[in-house]
Amino acid sequence: MSGGGFFEVPSDLQNTWWGLVGWQLQLTLVPVLCGLVIALPIALLCRRFGWIYPPVLGVATVFYAIPSLAFFVFLIDWFSESDLTVEIPLTVYTLVVLVPAIVDGMRSVSADTRAAAEAMGFGTLRRYFQVELPIAVPAVFAGLRVATVSSVSLVSVGMLIGNEGALGNLLSDALNYHRPQLAWDAVISIAVIGVLLDALLVLARRLLTPWARKATAK
Amino acid sequence: MGGRCHKPGHLVVGPAEARRALHTVIVIDAVTKRYPDGTTAVDRLTLEIPDGSITVLVGPSGCGKTTTLRMINRMVEPTEGRILLNGQDVREAPVNALRRSMGYVIQHAGLFPHRTVMDNIATVPRLLGWDKHRARERARELMERVGLDASFAKRYPYQLSGGQQQRVGVARALAADPPVLLMDEPFSAVDPIVRKGLQDELLRIQADLGKTVVFVTHDIDEAIKLGDMVAVLREGGRLAQYAPPARLLSAPADEFVEDFLGVDRGIRHLSFFGTEELELTAEPIVTEDATAEQVRAATLAELPYVLVTDAEGRPRGWSDALDRATGTEGELLPYGRAFTVGRDSLRAALDSAVLSPTGWAVAVDEQGRAVGVAAQEAIAAAIRSAHTAGVLR
Ligand SMILES: Nc1ncnc2c1ncn2[C@@H]1O[C@H](COP(=O)(O)OP(=O)(O)OP(=O)(O)O)[C@@H](O)[C@H]1O
Ligand SMILES: [Mg+2]
Repeated sequence: MSGGGFFEVPSDLQNTWWGLVGWQLQLTLVPVLCGLVIALPIALLCRRFGWIYPPVLGVATVFYAIPSLAFFVFLIDWFSESDLTVEIPLTVYTLVVLVPAIVDGMRSVSADTRAAAEAMGFGTLRRYFQVELPIAVPAVFAGLRVATVSSVSLVSVGMLIGNEGALGNLLSDALNYHRPQLAWDAVISIAVIGVLLDALLVLARRLLTPWARKATAK
Repeated sequence: MGGRCHKPGHLVVGPAEARRALHTVIVIDAVTKRYPDGTTAVDRLTLEIPDGSITVLVGPSGCGKTTTLRMINRMVEPTEGRILLNGQDVREAPVNALRRSMGYVIQHAGLFPHRTVMDNIATVPRLLGWDKHRARERARELMERVGLDASFAKRYPYQLSGGQQQRVGVARALAADPPVLLMDEPFSAVDPIVRKGLQDELLRIQADLGKTVVFVTHDIDEAIKLGDMVAVLREGGRLAQYAPPARLLSAPADEFVEDFLGVDRGIRHLSFFGTEELELTAEPIVTEDATAEQVRAATLAELPYVLVTDAEGRPRGWSDALDRATGTEGELLPYGRAFTVGRDSLRAALDSAVLSPTGWAVAVDEQGRAVGVAAQEAIAAAIRSAHTAGVLR
């Protein structure tokens, strides 16, 4: 059978299945991590100066509304067909999820807790970092889960700009060589990666927030 | 300095002396607070809050209690007037340093959900730069003081009951040994039994540490129980009366205060009179194995019952004197509730007499042994003489 097994990758991709998985992880996680690093200061500014929050959200939403393909094509001019061309749009997309997750998480700290912090002489910054951000961690993780899962699947669109889609490249091969098996390989692999990353995030959240266990509304 | 600190500027004296050496620590001087929307929350309020005692702000909802409390630690800034702490305008001190020098306790404790009990309590010491070890040592000490078992140290707030959270809240406020404690309805969200426990704990802590406590509540009973001084506020943030609780009950300034105190203020006023002077008679007390002869000897002309005690002298119930003297022992009548001589007030004695089916109150000593009984008439006489003496206070 010319199709080969699940883990066999057509030679034109010049990669192994494991190689594609690693690449997929990189194209997924780099944007999520960069997104988190960029979202944090933006969110803190939005928390501090409430009036910039709506416009910031508006801008993020406009970026989110740009179809990924258009974004990729636009960036090819600067970065050609490289990882960056995929990573930059995905980073921008995560912001629309992560910024509100952090800001709303920080705002959701109960009035009593906030009053207590103020009354005990926490300065504003100290209150953000020692009280509001830690309490926002579950909300931030909820945002990270959405951002991660959507990045995992969006990466495959990168195949359209010259095989920059990691496991998604299997999809173009499936079309070119009429081998639907490859499409299945890609979809299943991507789905499994998505589920595993999500499970890891849930686990990390549990470890980081022992105080939130079973605590429902607080 | 050890666990307990003495207030700066004080001689080293026992808490009792410290309490007597009253000098005003917080002065609220003609303070008005108008919120931006035009609400006048506090209107030209003037209060001198004495050092080392509990001052309660009480009043109906919305009368500006929280606003007043928060102006003391500058969470709210007054529109007019000023607040002095030991003679110094609170606005002169750096705001966070000021707040760290005042403990603050609120209704739902407001604990940090992400910190363990121990780390919650250690918050202010850590802010003040104590090292971790010392802060935790201090936290452990305070857990004991507020009656929390050491096994709670590593728990998170969600693992505690409301009453336990409130204890942590109090411990956290006390952690850096601040001279001033601000409490905003700290016990109003817990059930009456837990509340009573927390109130007693606060009084005990206060007797030990002699803090200057400003306590907000809308519960007049709580105000009367806890306050050395009580400020009654009315709608619009105006002061209706500022007086010690006994005076409030005996001489309410106006109809508003009288209404607020409720219908049974006369009865409640009795809480301030002791039972030391109450005339008791031990005559009608017999043990279970008393002979008919002894029962006859014990029977008073005006009381056809005798109080039967067990071998240790603890009251068991009333018995019909005639039946018992003739050997037909009927069932004992329950005596209701005894009052403890010296510790309980005339209110408890009166309550005991009202509860007792014979109309006589049963008095016990600290060990629970019956020491005498008192007729309602004797209690009435004690109330009259207490009133006469009370006028002089
Ligand atoms: N931030 C605010 N802005 C505008 N009005 C306020 C603000 N905070 C309080 N008020 C108003 O000021 C008045 C006093 O409020 P405050 O919270 O001091 O009352 P309170 O005596 O503590 O009441 P409660 O017993 O219900 O806690 C109320 O009429 C309230 O609506
Ligand atoms: Mg209030």
